[in-house]
Amino acid sequence: MLRSPAFLIERWQLTHVSTLIQTLIVGLRLGSIYALVALGYTMVYGIIRLINFAHGDFIMVGGYTMIFTMPLALALGLPVWVSVIFAILACALVGMSTELIAYRPIRKKGTSMTALITAIAVSMILENLAQAIPPIGPNPIVTSQIFSTGGFSVAGVTMEWTTVLTIVISAIVMIVLYEFTQKTRMGRAMRCVSEDKEASILMGIDVNNTILLTFGIGSGLSAIAALMYLGQYPKVYTTMGVMLGLKAFVAAVLGGIGIIPGAMVGGLIIGLVESFTTTYVSSSMADTFVFLILIIVLIIKPAGLLGKNVGEKV
Amino acid sequence: MKNRTAKGYILNTVVIAAILIGALIIQSVFGKNQNFKLILVPSIWQCCYLIILAASLNLVLGFLGQLSLGHCGFMAIGAYAAALISLACQRAGIFTDAKGAAFVLVLVGCILIAGILAALVGLLVGIPALRLKGDYLAIITLGFGMIIVNIINNLPFAGQEGLAKGSAAASLYKNGLGFGTASKVTYLMVALAVTLICLIMMFMFIRSKYGRAIKAIRDDEIAASASGINTSYYKILTFTYSAFFAGIAGALYACANATLSTSSFAFTNGGILNSTFVVVMVVLGGMGSLTGSALAAIIMFFVNYQIKNGLWVKSLTGFLGGMFAYPMLVYAIILIIVIMFRPKGIFGTYEFSLINFHRDIKNRRAQRALQKADRKGGESE
Repeated sequence: MLRSPAFLIERWQLTHVSTLIQTLIVGLRLGSIYALVALGYTMVYGIIRLINFAHGDFIMVGGYTMIFTMPLALALGLPVWVSVIFAILACALVGMSTELIAYRPIRKKGTSMTALITAIAVSMILENLAQAIPPIGPNPIVTSQIFSTGGFSVAGVTMEWTTVLTIVISAIVMIVLYEFTQKTRMGRAMRCVSEDKEASILMGIDVNNTILLTFGIGSGLSAIAALMYLGQYPKVYTTMGVMLGLKAFVAAVLGGIGIIPGAMVGGLIIGLVESFTTTYVSSSMADTFVFLILIIVLIIKPAGLLGKNVGEKV
Repeated sequence: MKNRTAKGYILNTVVIAAILIGALIIQSVFGKNQNFKLILVPSIWQCCYLIILAASLNLVLGFLGQLSLGHCGFMAIGAYAAALISLACQRAGIFTDAKGAAFVLVLVGCILIAGILAALVGLLVGIPALRLKGDYLAIITLGFGMIIVNIINNLPFAGQEGLAKGSAAASLYKNGLGFGTASKVTYLMVALAVTLICLIMMFMFIRSKYGRAIKAIRDDEIAASASGINTSYYKILTFTYSAFFAGIAGALYACANATLSTSSFAFTNGGILNSTFVVVMVVLGGMGSLTGSALAAIIMFFVNYQIKNGLWVKSLTGFLGGMFAYPMLVYAIILIIVIMFRPKGIFGTYEFSLINFHRDIKNRRAQRALQKADRKGGESE
């Protein structure tokens, strides 16, 4: 059947535009998950100057906690997503105990290099310990849908409810967190400690407790990220946090590590880059482009997009 | 002093010659023994590339003081380069099966070209990466390692399926490398000689003016540059040099294994070979000690071998047995214990040397005695 060229061009434009918008939305959804994880990285780095490699694995902890508490939530007659509360508690607990058991002793006597290597070791321990625990095991566990399926369609662009919820929830969390660090006493204490530890001790701030709190909040955020992630890909496995964590870290560095709005901007950029590469280049090259962006930004502006260059004191 | 240096060289040469001759004799006597062929020789091959790998990372991590998390990326380049070149040579008809002088030439050529290619990539990566330091350098090298592996995966002629499409299977047997048991025994000398030459080259590098310069950079970069050391030149030089040896280790890996897969060179995986594992080896041996790295590589290989094949591991039950099913868990615990209780590693910055060994032991005893006396004096006061 022959169609007029004008019709074909119009149709091509329509699909083209809707693909573009679809890619944009996918990117935003991915980006808001990355931003949530990146917030945890950035808070911890901002306060103790340590790349917490284990942060990605906190997502895994959150994912498994949700899997195991979902039946409980259902039995109580609550919606499935309520299990995220247990996940937040579990993640915060794991995060704080990591800080207490591994990072605090090392920080006292080691250099920044040994701290970094310890972080890598903690990440390996969490991943492999989870595999060694019998109910978890090395094989992925598939969950049921967390959010209700379906969605609405506008001009050829499908919006799933999951997508909308992901973007909205992470936006709310980010705004609350930002206000928390700006307005509350604890938030201000956090910013003080990250700026100058000695001075904040003199101001009567309990530095160790503040660091612990930061770990708790950061890890709790990764549980929310786990909820979003599971809403999209309902499957948990012990290494699920590795790539997610690495990309979120890239996002944190991209935006300027230690800066909370930077993590949000970086997360969204990484999400968009990934979804556009997947759509327009090749899905297997997405990781390459993500890291390429990181390298380019680090070379041009080592402090990140929103970071300020600080001169080195001699 | 000069006399002593000469003596040291002679002693080392004699010992190395003795080791090689001893290996030759063992090879000719036990060549037919099943245990020798199936257990010892493959173990030596694995140890060889692990030693080179650990020592080469130590140049960057221990002597230059920069954490590189993408070291296996360079190894991947070496492994794939060696495999592809040997495949090309075989297609060109230079050799038909893994025998004869032509093949030995091709083998040596493969190893060298693998090293040089890895060094070139190391140079390309190093120029932008080494403008950063500390955590940022760690991340950027991690990124480069991932990019290298990702690109190899996507190359039409390499990749997960590339070599498979090229020859009969993903197996390396068909293209000369990927030695079987017999060839591993035949070319054992190649592995030993390559390892020794690499170690000697690294030692000479560390003891030359270049080595002193990079140690100065590690200790205080600003002071070093104020003393007239071109820090970025030396950093990139070390990085490239280290990548060269990682490439050679990769070529040996391609010889010693039946298949190549990019997942072996990733940042972490379940097996023995990944960038984190190399870091574990270097930290265990001591950051800043090449002999320490070599020793740690052998120890870690042994631990890995025991975990995989040891009878006592199989007799463990329950949770403990489950733990040993995941070797990376054991390595991570080793790493944490080492960092907590002996952050310097086994050797610290001490270099084992044949001629100084006696003197070092004596000095150390004297030091210990002195410390003890001090402590006693302190208590009595």
